[in-house]
Amino acid sequence: MDSQIKGVSTGTTILAVTFNGGVIIGSDSRASIGGYYVSSKTINKLIQVHDRIFCCIAGSLADAQVVTKAAKFQISFHSIQMESPPLVKAAASVLKELCYNNKEELQAGFITAGWDRKKGPQVYTVALGGMLLSQPFTIGGSGSTYIYGYADAKYKPDMSKEECLQFATNALALAMGRDNVSGGVAHLVVITEEGVEHVVIPGDKLPKFHDE
Amino acid sequence: MLEEPSEPGWLSEEVTTGTTIIAIEFDGGVVLGSDSRVSAGETVVNRVMNKLSLLHDKIYCALSGSAADAQTIAEMVNYQLDVHSIEVGEDPQVRSAASLVKNISYKYKEELSAHLIVAGWDKRGGGQVYVTLNGLLSRQPFAVGGSGSAYVYGFVDAEYRKAMSKEDCQQFVVNTLSLAMSRDGSSGGVAYLVTIDEKGAEEKCILGNELPTFYDQ
Repeated sequence: MDSQIKGVSTGTTILAVTFNGGVIIGSDSRASIGGYYVSSKTINKLIQVHDRIFCCIAGSLADAQVVTKAAKFQISFHSIQMESPPLVKAAASVLKELCYNNKEELQAGFITAGWDRKKGPQVYTVALGGMLLSQPFTIGGSGSTYIYGYADAKYKPDMSKEECLQFATNALALAMGRDNVSGGVAHLVVITEEGVEHVVIPGDKLPKFHDE
Repeated sequence: MLEEPSEPGWLSEEVTTGTTIIAIEFDGGVVLGSDSRVSAGETVVNRVMNKLSLLHDKIYCALSGSAADAQTIAEMVNYQLDVHSIEVGEDPQVRSAASLVKNISYKYKEELSAHLIVAGWDKRGGGQVYVTLNGLLSRQPFAVGGSGSAYVYGFVDAEYRKAMSKEDCQQFVVNTLSLAMSRDGSSGGVAYLVTIDEKGAEEKCILGNELPTFYDQ
C-alpha cells in the first residue's frame, strides 16, 4: 500500500464511525521507520483541531504534523471571525485545501470527525491527492486493508455509543493483530454534543480472537 | 484530444487468478470456496472460472496466483495422486495430496507464482485443510488466500469459531467471499463452493445476485 514513505511514517490503522448522537474516532499508537523499527510505541495520532473536532493522520508523520498545525491555526481563526464553533466540514475543507495545493510534496491522508450544531456527528476523509468525501464511517492507514471485510459486515447505521465503541475497538484490535506496522495501544475519542471523552485501551486489554 | 487506441491489456499481461479462496474444516469434512474472476492486467478474461480443482474424489484444491502455474500444478498432482492411490490400494490421505503440491511449489519456487490451498476428507484424519504457500506445508483449521484475502483477515479472525457445523461453515465461506469480492478489484463473478465429507464432494455455484449483501449494497 504506502510503503515507500521515507523517514518516520505512521504505518497505521485509523478509523472514524458515526453513531446515534456522536462520533468515535480511533487509532493505534505505533510509529515506525520503514516497517523495521518502531520509533514510538505510544504516539497519539488523534489531534484535536477544535473543541468538538478531531482529526487523525496516516502517512508521513512530519507532513501530518505540519499540516495539522497549520489547519488548527486556520480553523481557530475562522471560528473567531465567525463568532461560532466551526463546522466539521469547514475543518475538513481546510485540510483538503492544504493537501490538494501541496499534493506533489505531501504524503499524508486524514480522517476528520466531529460534531457541530448544523449536521450533528460527521466523518470526512481527505485522501492522498486531496479528495474530500463524507461517509457514515471510514477506515484508513495500512492496517485498514485487513478490516474492510469486517467493517462492511459489522457496521450498522444508528448504533448506540456502547455498540459503536465495541465495533471500533474490535476493528482496531483485528487490524493491529494482522498489520505489523500497527500496534501498541488503542486510542479512542468519543465526541458528542456534551463533550469529548478519551478512552485508552492498552494492548493486553484489547479483545482477543480465536487464535490468540 | 484524440489518443492512439492502446493495445488491449490481455495481449501482453500475464493471466492471473487474482482471487479470493478459502477453505475451512468442520467435524466430518471441509468446505472450500472461491470467486470466479480471471484477469490479465485490467481485463477480465474469464468471469466464470471454477478455481476449485479436483485432485481426487474427496480432495480438492483452490487455485490462486498465476493461472497457468496453478492449473499445471493441480494437473500434475492429480496424476501423481491417481498413481499413488492405485499403488497403496485405497483413497489417498489429504496430507499426501498437500505434500505433493508442496514438493512442486518448493522445488520450483523461483519459477512459479501460485498458491494452492489443499482440503479434503480421509478416513484417518477426517476433514483437513493445508496451506502450501511458498513451499511450506501447514495444517490449519481454516485458510484464506489470494489478493482478496487481505480485505477479509479481520472478518475471518472475528467470526471464526471452533466446532462450527457444516451449514455454519458454508455460510461463513459465502459471507467471506461476498465481502472480499466487493472490495477486491481482482475478485468477482460468482461464488463456487465445494463441500466434502465421508459421502463425497458436493459442488455448488452461487450467482452474483444471490450473494449476501451488507449495509452499503
